[in-house]
Formats: sequence, structure tokens, C-alpha cells
Amino acid sequence: MLVKLIEKVGSKIIKLLESIGRIVIFFWTGVMNIFIAPVQFAKIIDHTWFIGSKSIFVIILTGLFTGMVLGLQGYYSLLQFGSEAALGSAVSLTLIRELGPVFTAIMVTARAGSAMAAEIGVMRISEQIDALKTMHINPVRFLFTPRIIASIISFPLLTALFNVVGIIGGFISGSIMLGLNRYVYMDTVIKSIQMQDISGGFYKSFVFAVVVTTTCCYRGFYTHLYSGFGARGVSLSTTNAVVQSCIFIFIFDYIITFFLV
Amino acid sequence: MTVPLIQFIDIMKSFGTDHVLKGVNLSIYKGEIIAIIGKSGTGKSVLLKHIIGLVQQDSGQILINGVPLHQLSVEEKISFQKELSYMFQDNALFDFMTIYDNIALPLVENSNFPKNQVKEKVFTRMKQLGLTGTEKKFPAQLSGGMRKRVALARALVTDPKIVLFDEPTTGLDPVRKKDVHSMIQEYQEKFEFTAVIVTHDIPQIFDLVQRIAMLDDGIIKFEGSKEDIFDSHSKILDTFVGGEDV
Ligand SMILES: Nc1ncnc2c1ncn2[C@@H]1O[C@H](COP(=O)(O)OP(=O)(O)OP(=O)(O)O)[C@@H](O)[C@H]1O
Ligand SMILES: [Mg+2]
Repeated sequence: MLVKLIEKVGSKIIKLLESIGRIVIFFWTGVMNIFIAPVQFAKIIDHTWFIGSKSIFVIILTGLFTGMVLGLQGYYSLLQFGSEAALGSAVSLTLIRELGPVFTAIMVTARAGSAMAAEIGVMRISEQIDALKTMHINPVRFLFTPRIIASIISFPLLTALFNVVGIIGGFISGSIMLGLNRYVYMDTVIKSIQMQDISGGFYKSFVFAVVVTTTCCYRGFYTHLYSGFGARGVSLSTTNAVVQSCIFIFIFDYIITFFLV
Repeated sequence: MTVPLIQFIDIMKSFGTDHVLKGVNLSIYKGEIIAIIGKSGTGKSVLLKHIIGLVQQDSGQILINGVPLHQLSVEEKISFQKELSYMFQDNALFDFMTIYDNIALPLVENSNFPKNQVKEKVFTRMKQLGLTGTEKKFPAQLSGGMRKRVALARALVTDPKIVLFDEPTTGLDPVRKKDVHSMIQEYQEKFEFTAVIVTHDIPQIFDLVQRIAMLDDGIIKFEGSKEDIFDSHSKILDTFVGGEDV
């Protein structure tokens, strides 16, 4: 009885350690290959287009509505204290410090992260990753490295776009719909944003890019180990990739905020 | 006695409780074409994958020119593996790349050939295999037999010294089958390469190969030249070659 229990716990711990080792090696190989020539320009551009450019519409849409909701909620909350003039500051700081990086990362995970996991997962189960190995092509370098570069380029830019559109959204609901003085809104936006707010948001989006891409590519890459074979294996690893990425986004958001404030 | 290029010694491999290889002994000599035959599911693909390192044996040794694989230095291992090319039974084409990019990939990633030279090599292979005009298509847009030929083109585009073919002609019509066989033969005459062919093409394959090995029940039940087959009185081999149930 006790021996069985120890055996079970022990094998779980060994499996966990194996997984940690695997993910560290995966991440390290991918990142080191960023600095090994030749640079994979064509693939980086391709993935940046997919992760970045193709996300623009979704980011504008979600950014706009997030900003509008913030404007609406913020206006009435601030009105209770007679300080609705601070709306611009409230909206812009909330967006730049928190919601911008987090929402952008979640949207891009839903759009591009799931695609990464699925695409790489299919490559695993149809032996395409094995085929790369037989051609002496490092599959981690080939699949993961260009994607992580593309994400590091895309995430901060999309976050910036989300923030700008969100601030405009707050302006629409605060000033155009609820009648707050336009100059006051814009003035508080400009006056309240400090460089450290922007750089803080930038750090976050950088970390999210790394975390999301690593999680999604890793899940796809090891589909056969964690999720099984076939279409069901791929769908399972895609789901896991998205859920885990989102959880990591919130955890890392807290950790970074903790160190920034 | 010449030292075999690749030699399996007592190779065992299990997947869980599924004992696939139970002590395989097999020699592959430089410059020969050898066929591996055997029933579906006996482990022919698994055996082939041991050579290229996609599967690791549980026990036993693989000797390369008489030296155990694990004793080779990293450089020696790499230079051996660079001579190898593998054609997957299920093709394993990159479905997000065009046919041209698929075939060109091993050249583009591993060598410094100028673009026009790569193009020339790829188009030569495509022409030989009747694939002209498909270069801009994607694998999913081709027929099964065409995909097989793309996989073949990809395996041969680097002019490898050792090629492992996993059922190169399955699913092809008789004319294409013959084309593929004569292409492999032509290749061997030209480059003196070593070819290991897993196949079900009995008896057509006998015209092409120098030796034959039969895998059955996890071991090599027969290994020898074509003449040996007809001389041998192995019941299993006779019935298998004759197409009866073993
Ligand atoms: N990755 C794997 N995990 C578990 N079992 C496997 C794996 N690969 C192969 N097997 C098992 O090994 C056995 C042999 O498979 P293999 O593909 O080598 O057969 P084969 O001789 O090539 O058959 P065919 O002629 O149909 O291609 C099968 O029973 C298969 O289930
Ligand atoms: Mg097979």
C-alpha cells in the first residue's frame, strides 16, 4: 500500500522533471538558434505576417470595445466622486499598464497560438518533424525559432495598436457620447502617461510573446508524448496550448506587475 | 570477407508489451541493393528507422563499417548521417510548402548551391519522375502516386550515397513502378549507391536487387542472394513469395 503510493508519487515526480527538462532544452535550442547564421528571413517575415499583420483587425475591434467599455464604466464611477475629468487618465493607464498587453496576448493566442500548436502538431503526427531530422534540419530551429522572433516583433506592436485604439474608444464613449470636454480627455491622457508605464507594458508584451509562443509550439511539437496520436491528439494539444498560454499570461502578468510597482 | 557497411547485431525493440524486433541480425554491404520483405506489421519500417536514428534499439548493436554507432565520434556520426537519405512510407511531405520547395528543401537548408543550380537539380528529378508542371502545387493537390514520387524525388535530390526506401512503389501503376525501379537501377550504376528497399513488389523486385532479406516474427528468417531463394527450401519464404498465407 505505502510502497504503491510512493511508487506512484515518485513516477509522477520523475515525469514532471522530465517535462521540465524537455521544455528547458526546447526553449534554449530555439532561442540560441536566433543567433546562429543564416538568419531565416523568409520564414520570419512569413510568420510575422501571420501572427502580426493578420491579427490587426481583431486587435482593433477588441481594443475599440475595451476602450469604450472602460470609458463608460469609468465615467460613471468617477462621476460619483465628481472627478470625471480624470477619465482620460484612468482609461489610458488601465490600458497601457494592464489591459493592453494582457488582452492583446490573449487575442493573439486565440488566433495565432492555436494555429501554431495545430500546425506543428500535425507535422508531428504525419512524420514531417521526423523527415526534417532525416534531412539534418534541426526541427526546433526550423519551426520554433522563426515563430518566436515573429512573436517578439508582433506582440509589442499589436499591444501599442490596442492601446491607441482603446484610448480612442474611451474618447468615443466619454467625450462624444457622454459629453466630457474633448480637450480635457486628451489633456489628461497625455499628462498622465509616464515613460515607465509604457516600458512596463512593453516588458509585459515581450514576456507574453515568449511565453505564449513557447507554450504553443512546445505543445504542438510534443503532441505524441502528451496528447496522443491522430486528429484527436492534435485537437487536444491545441486546446491545452491555448488554455495553458492564457493561464501563464495571468500568472506572469502578476509577477511582472509585482516587480514593477 | 568484406566488412558490411551497416550491420545489425541482435537488435531488439519493443513498444510497451509489443515486442517488434526480437534479435535482428542483418548485413548491408556497400554498393548493393537489398530488399527487405515481410508481412505487413512485422517491423520493417521500424528496422529501417534504426539506421537513420529515428528509433533507438532497446538492446543490440548497429555497426557502421565495423564500428558500433555509439562509439563513433560526433563528426563521424554526422558525416555518416549526411550520406543517408530516407524515404518515408507515408511520404511525410511538408504540406505547407509547394512541391518545388519540398524537393528543394534538403538542398536549400544544407548546402550552398546557388539558386539556379538548385533549380536545375530539382527540375531534373521532377522530369525523371513525371512531375513536371506540379512545382507550384501543394502536396494535398496531388494524387497518392504523385505524392509518392515527390517523396522519392526529395530523397534523391541530394545525390545521397545510402538511400533507405520504405515502400517506394506502393500505390503506383505498373508503368510507374517499372520507371521507379529502373531509376533506382540507373542511379546505382551511376553513383554506386547503397539502397535498402522495403517492398511488397514480389517478384518484380528480384530483377532489381542483389540480395533479399525476409523479416518475420521479429527476426530475419532469410538473408541471401536471389539464387539462394530459389535454392533454399525455406517453407516460410516459399509460401510468402508464392503469396500464400504463412
Ligand atoms: N511509434 C510506435 N509506437 C508504438 N508502436 C509502434 C510504433 N511504430 C511501430 N509500432 C509497432 O511496430 C509494429 C511494426 O510496425 P512497422 O510499421 O514497422 O510495420 P511494417 O513491417 O513496416 O508494416 P507495413 O508493411 O504495413 O508497412 C507494429 O505492430 C506497430 O504497431
Ligand atoms: Mg512499413
